[in-house]
Order: sequence, then C-alpha cells, then structure tokens
Amino acid sequence: MIEPLLNCKDAELTHNTQKATPVVLSTRLRLARNLLGTPFPERASLAQRSDILSKCSDHLSGLGKMKKGSFFEISELSDLEKQVLVERHLISRELCESQQGSGVYINKAQTCSVMINEEDHLRIQFLKTGFHLKNVWKQIDRFDTELEEHLDIAYDSEFGYLTACPTNLGTGLRASVMMHLPGLVLSDQMERVIRAVNQLGITVRGLFGEGSDATGHVFQISNQQTLGEQEGDIIDRLGNVLKTVIDHEVNARFKCLEDSRSKVLDQIGRAYGVLRNAHVVNSAEAMNMLSLLRLAVDFEMLPESNRAEIDRFFIECQPGHIQHATKSEIEPDERDVCRAKKLREELGSLPALDFDKLADLT
Amino acid sequence: MGENLKCSNCDNQATVHLTQIINNKIIKVDLCESCAQAKGVTDPEGFSLADLLNKSHVPTHEEDSSLQCPDCGLTTADFRRTGRLGCSSCFTVFASLLRPVLEDMHVGTCHKGKTPDVALSRQSITVQLDKLEKALAKAIDEEAYEDAAKYRDQIKSLKEEAENYEYSQS
Repeated sequence: MIEPLLNCKDAELTHNTQKATPVVLSTRLRLARNLLGTPFPERASLAQRSDILSKCSDHLSGLGKMKKGSFFEISELSDLEKQVLVERHLISRELCESQQGSGVYINKAQTCSVMINEEDHLRIQFLKTGFHLKNVWKQIDRFDTELEEHLDIAYDSEFGYLTACPTNLGTGLRASVMMHLPGLVLSDQMERVIRAVNQLGITVRGLFGEGSDATGHVFQISNQQTLGEQEGDIIDRLGNVLKTVIDHEVNARFKCLEDSRSKVLDQIGRAYGVLRNAHVVNSAEAMNMLSLLRLAVDFEMLPESNRAEIDRFFIECQPGHIQHATKSEIEPDERDVCRAKKLREELGSLPALDFDKLADLT
Repeated sequence: MGENLKCSNCDNQATVHLTQIINNKIIKVDLCESCAQAKGVTDPEGFSLADLLNKSHVPTHEEDSSLQCPDCGLTTADFRRTGRLGCSSCFTVFASLLRPVLEDMHVGTCHKGKTPDVALSRQSITVQLDKLEKALAKAIDEEAYEDAAKYRDQIKSLKEEAENYEYSQS
C-alpha cells in the first residue's frame, strides 16, 4: 500500500539532493487539535472515531496541500508498513497501537502528515530539510487556519487549544529540530548540553534510540512548554538555544581535530572502509558509520552533494526499510547482510576521502 | 551544570530527564540511556510515565475524588491515573485540579497564542441563531407577535451574515 509513497521522487527527506546542511538535518513542527462535541480519541466510541476519521479525511482531501496525497487507515496497514512510516516519522508509535478508526493523510512530498485519532483527533505535522523554524511555522499556521474554516476546533480562551494531555495545552505546538552532533558526543559534552537546555524548558532525545554510542549522533531537540507563550516566542526561544548548540557543535568538531586529529581521521577512514566493504552491518553500526561519513562531508573530505545521500541512508538503513525493500519480514542476521549489501552497492561510486582538504580547515 | 543525577531505575548516571503529570502531580524521572531504551522512552509523543512508575507510590487526594465529566464520563480517578482529559467539557469540570499542574508545567497558565478566529465566529453565529430560534418559538407559543417579528428579523439578518461569511471564506 505504501509503495507509491516510498517510490516518490519528490520525497523531502529521501530525495532532496540539494538542501542537506551541516549540523541540522531537519525541522519538524506539529500542532495538536481536537474537534468540538466528540470525546477525545481514547474515550470515543468506535462509531465516534469512525465519524471523526471520515469527517477529517474528507476535509483534508479537499485542501491544496494534500493534492495527490495518500490516505491510510491504520488497521489496513501491515506491521512492516507501519514500521516504515514510523521510521520516516510520518506516523507515531502511538498511532500504530491505536484502536480501529485511526488514519493518516500524507502529502506527496511527505512534508506534511496529519494523523487522525492518535492521542488527539488531529496531529498536524510539517517538516523541511535543514533549519527552518519560522518558515515551517508559517506553512503549518496557514494549513491549520484552512482546516479551521470548516472544522469546529475545541478551544478555550484560558487554556487555548484543548488537548487530551495537559502537556500540549495552549498552542498545541511542538517544534523539533533533528541535529547531527558528533563533535559534542566525541568530546563528551553532550550530557552537559542536555542538562543545560533542559533547564530552559527544552527537551533532547536520541533519534534512533540505540544507546549513547549507537545513535548516529542524531538528536531531536524540541520545546517542552506550550502554554503561556505565543507560537512565535516559543520558536524564537528554541531557535536561539539551537543556534548556541550549533556553535558549540562546530567548535567541538574543530577542537576534536586539534586535540586528536589522528583519532578522528582514523574513525572517519574506518567508517568509509566498513560502509564500502563490510558484508554484515547492524543498524546501530550503520548509523554510527554514516554519522562519521557525514562528518567527512562537513570537513570537506567528500563532496557536499554526498550529504543528502548519507541522510537518505540514515532512513533507509533502519530495520523496517531494509525488510520492506526485501519484501519480507526477515531475521536480524539476514537484515544485517542486506543492509551491508545495499551500502556496498550504493556507496561504491563514492569518491576517495580527500584528507588534504582537511588541512585547509585547520 | 549542577549535580549528576542517578537513574531512577538503576544506579547509573541519568542522561534522560522526563517530566509528566500523573495523578495531579508533576513527576520528574531521570533515566540512564539503557533504562530509557528498555522502557521504550524513544517516542516523545507516545510515552507515559504512568506506565513506568509504581503507581502505589503516588499520593491520592480524597477530597476532590468525586468529580465526573457529564459528557465523557471521565472521573477524577481516571484523570489521576492517566494524566489525560477526555473531552472539551473536562476542562470546565477539572479546571481546579488542572490549574496548579499547569503552573509547574508551562511558562504561564493562560493561553497567549493563536486563536481559531474563523471557527469561533462561525460557532458564535450558530450559538446566537440557536438562542434566537428558541426565543422565537417561545414568543409564538405565548402569542407575543411583536417579539416574534423582532426575533424573526434578527434571525434573518444573522443568517445573511453567516451566508456572506461562508461566501467570503470560499
């Protein structure tokens, strides 16, 4: 069912060859919304959930942004298909586990997905490659206003947009930025950064959740608070913190090069060798090696055009994607062989690492 | 940077710090990377600390345990157990329990952001129409024809306003 989506040549995160940037992988904003007059999904009857699902999907199909988009009822997707959508962050794990009467609408470019009957009636998500908090806010705000023109949204002048969980009350806005932070991890500063931003009401989570050494050094940083502040202020505050994190990351990378140049270059060189030659690569190892290859691009040891390709592998080397590509549910050992084969084949044309370029940077 | 916190689940150093409302209380939990992973704390949207904590340790308040939402049936006990509300009406019913929680959880307790202006205007017209139609029916019943005529004019003008409004939005 999801093949057209995976094969789409306009997909923002997997087929965007131009816009990949150092440090920030992508910007993602979501709004939680509910409709008046029907209990929130967890307390709604199946009939009520089905009614909301059909009302919302009908309305979404008429919106310009959703033209040529795809609608999936969660109960009609296989476990593997759901896993692939989770790995692309187009749906949440909670939606996968939800009762009947849940669905998702995804636009063609996969820059917008709207989950229906997750924790709230509507979870609207917009994403874009790179660091674009204000731009993505403008887009999601416009889309949300279009939705409101025909849907009665539950709102209260004191509590703002009414949501099932009090953590989302007010704006219902969660702004997240995916960041690649190998410099901070390799220099053992990540924990300090996490603690510092926590104190500012900002949350940090690993993207792939495979343990601190196996995350691909990718972190999702987002606002925790949604009430008592305007959307623009939330975004500005998060943006300012993230700019500081980016500065720290860039400094940490150069400090790593200064302090342990041979060690860093050795790690990058080994990652390059493993990815192009190994025959068994597990998911965590792939993420770590790809992270080092991305660092090589940022250090100008590989052409910038390779960055987007590496970002695509971050997504396509996850277990669900590997199994989906082989059209069967396969055991982890076999997956590791398939993953290694894919990497060998697709990275075969990668140019040699240019260690001389690095000399210009230091 | 402050003190190093230990994992709530084992003695390792905590690197994952979570805050959630459970039973009307702000609960903060610190976990190490491996416990966070083992507990499934990988999805910021779908994780509930209620699943993680031993609920018997969470104090209860008998004095306001009798509230129940007339629309969705959510009780105080449900709210405390899950930390979730059931429908729009719950915010009126459980407002007194909610406000102190929000104070600790957010920057402020009153919404300052976007308002759904279009939906609110439409809802406001619907509410007014509903009231006027009831008043018209009552006036007719009571043979208060002058009042009835007044209500009929008001309904007519409001419906025109709504039509113009729909037109301007389409």
